[in-house]
Amino acid sequence: MTLKSRRGRGGASLRYVILLGGAVVMFIPFLWMVSTSLKEYAFVIEFPPKLIPSEPTLNNFVEAWTTGQFQLYFKNSLIVATTSVVLAVLISAMMAYAFARFDFPGKEILFFGTLLLLMVPNIIGIIPQFLLAKTLGLRNSLFGLVLFYVATSLPLNTFLLRGFFETLPKEMEDAMLIDGANYFTIFTRMILPLSKPALATVSIFSLLGFWDEYVLALTFIDDQTKRTLPIAIASFHGQHGTDWGLVFAASLIAMIPIVALYMALQRYFTGGLTTGAFKG
Amino acid sequence: MNLFSRWRQKASGNRKAKERSSSRARQLPTVIVFLLPGIFLFLVFNIYPLLKAFQISFYDWSIAPNKPSEFVGLANYAQALKDPIARLAFRNTVLYTIITVPGQIVLAMAAALLLNSITRGKVLLRTIYYLPVITSWVIVSLLFRYMFQSPNGFINYILVNVLHLAETPIGWLQSASTAMIPVWLLGIWKGIGWSMVIFLAALQTIPEEIYEAAAIDGAGSFHKLMQITLPLIRPTLVFVVVMLMIGGLNVFLPVALVTNGGPLQQTEVVLTYMYHQAFDFLDFGYGSALAFMMAVFIVSLSFIQIKFFRQPGDIY
Repeated sequence: MTLKSRRGRGGASLRYVILLGGAVVMFIPFLWMVSTSLKEYAFVIEFPPKLIPSEPTLNNFVEAWTTGQFQLYFKNSLIVATTSVVLAVLISAMMAYAFARFDFPGKEILFFGTLLLLMVPNIIGIIPQFLLAKTLGLRNSLFGLVLFYVATSLPLNTFLLRGFFETLPKEMEDAMLIDGANYFTIFTRMILPLSKPALATVSIFSLLGFWDEYVLALTFIDDQTKRTLPIAIASFHGQHGTDWGLVFAASLIAMIPIVALYMALQRYFTGGLTTGAFKG
Repeated sequence: MNLFSRWRQKASGNRKAKERSSSRARQLPTVIVFLLPGIFLFLVFNIYPLLKAFQISFYDWSIAPNKPSEFVGLANYAQALKDPIARLAFRNTVLYTIITVPGQIVLAMAAALLLNSITRGKVLLRTIYYLPVITSWVIVSLLFRYMFQSPNGFINYILVNVLHLAETPIGWLQSASTAMIPVWLLGIWKGIGWSMVIFLAALQTIPEEIYEAAAIDGAGSFHKLMQITLPLIRPTLVFVVVMLMIGGLNVFLPVALVTNGGPLQQTEVVLTYMYHQAFDFLDFGYGSALAFMMAVFIVSLSFIQIKFFRQPGDIY
């Protein structure tokens, strides 16, 4: 017994050693990024590299935030990402509800189509999407980006939310119907409130995707004033002979909203998405 | 919430519930309203472009408004089969998938199993492992570019001056034979947390009693893993494998942002090559053919996988 418990304890500390080692490897790139962002004039790569800067400064952050149109890009990203999330989650929740609760002609084919689109990468359609945006006058338009973002996020969101909605008890809906409620009341007053964990999960994953989206924004937007953050950061890379301190200061500013949001919502993640998707 | 409990009460004593639910079938107008916005966006921005891509792939597509596009039949597809760079790009894509998918699965599974077995520091560790997932591809790609610089990058410093594993700095991005290594490592590093969180959720559904019963029978850790854990989370495992494989074959951003296909197009993957053909060389027809071949390849492979792994009780 004593031998066994000692072995158990030894096993536990070994587990911590492995996990911590892994965490160091996972985290070092971020440390390196923070460290570089605190160094001024990181054009010239110092050698040997110092993880702790000798004269740390926040000048890169000030410069990134105030130079050029960075604040405008930040605002563009904020507008595009938040509008897209609201629309994407609402529209896919509506579709998912229809799939989860109703029988209608063509349901199987439609859902199969959704799954198929889940497998086809968005970028496969980039050429005709570009031509379409041109035809519809949606190039150089933030609203155009929103429409494309919402559309491309629909298959996955609908798939996940349908799985979750199917786990909700039907009996309560039937009771509401008897009370004279219609399906829209049920949807807004029962389904959506009961699905907060799933909606939170889908929202943050969509937001991540929209906040970071690069290819469509790169391809559709020529107008400098309509740029979003990923494009701005990528262009910092070349245009300044790569002042890495500045690049990473800008990157960290762009990361703040996402990391904060993740921290705030992380309690929802443990089960919300997967219980729905895998039990369905 | 008061209202909820009233509905719940009603529901429990409701004999007509069954009859009601069959009336759902007659709710076609309601269904249409629920589906309409989604279907509309779907058709215009997803389905139409895919069909259009199919059409464009048979043309020598002209971008000038006054010059008509010329129908060339299967010429674009024939070109793709003969093009050595396209073949190389396909090989790079498959290689990326073969390396990064098992890499992510094994490391994510190990992390999930270890995290599941500890109590203190779990949330913090999980957050650290997950951080790369929530960081933008643009940012992490630039970061890896920076770390893999030569001669004075961080990785070279560690390899040459700290660990003494290399004699001289390695020119990672300058040579075709090493340029994909940072991309593979980036793909694995960024993806571990995603699979790990899904595995963790699945592991938490396994009742503790099963392990206790197995322990009484004298089963060791490895035995428990192979006989209990993996079979029980099999549907999750299949889901993750299929999703990662699709993601791997779709690789675009890390390649576009770390090597951009260079040096000399040696690290192109299919989708970066497609993008370059379309938007650098304005050969939309050839680009569409490449994209379409890739889509067909991915979808068929996914179906084969799902069919192969599928068991009663699985999703899909």
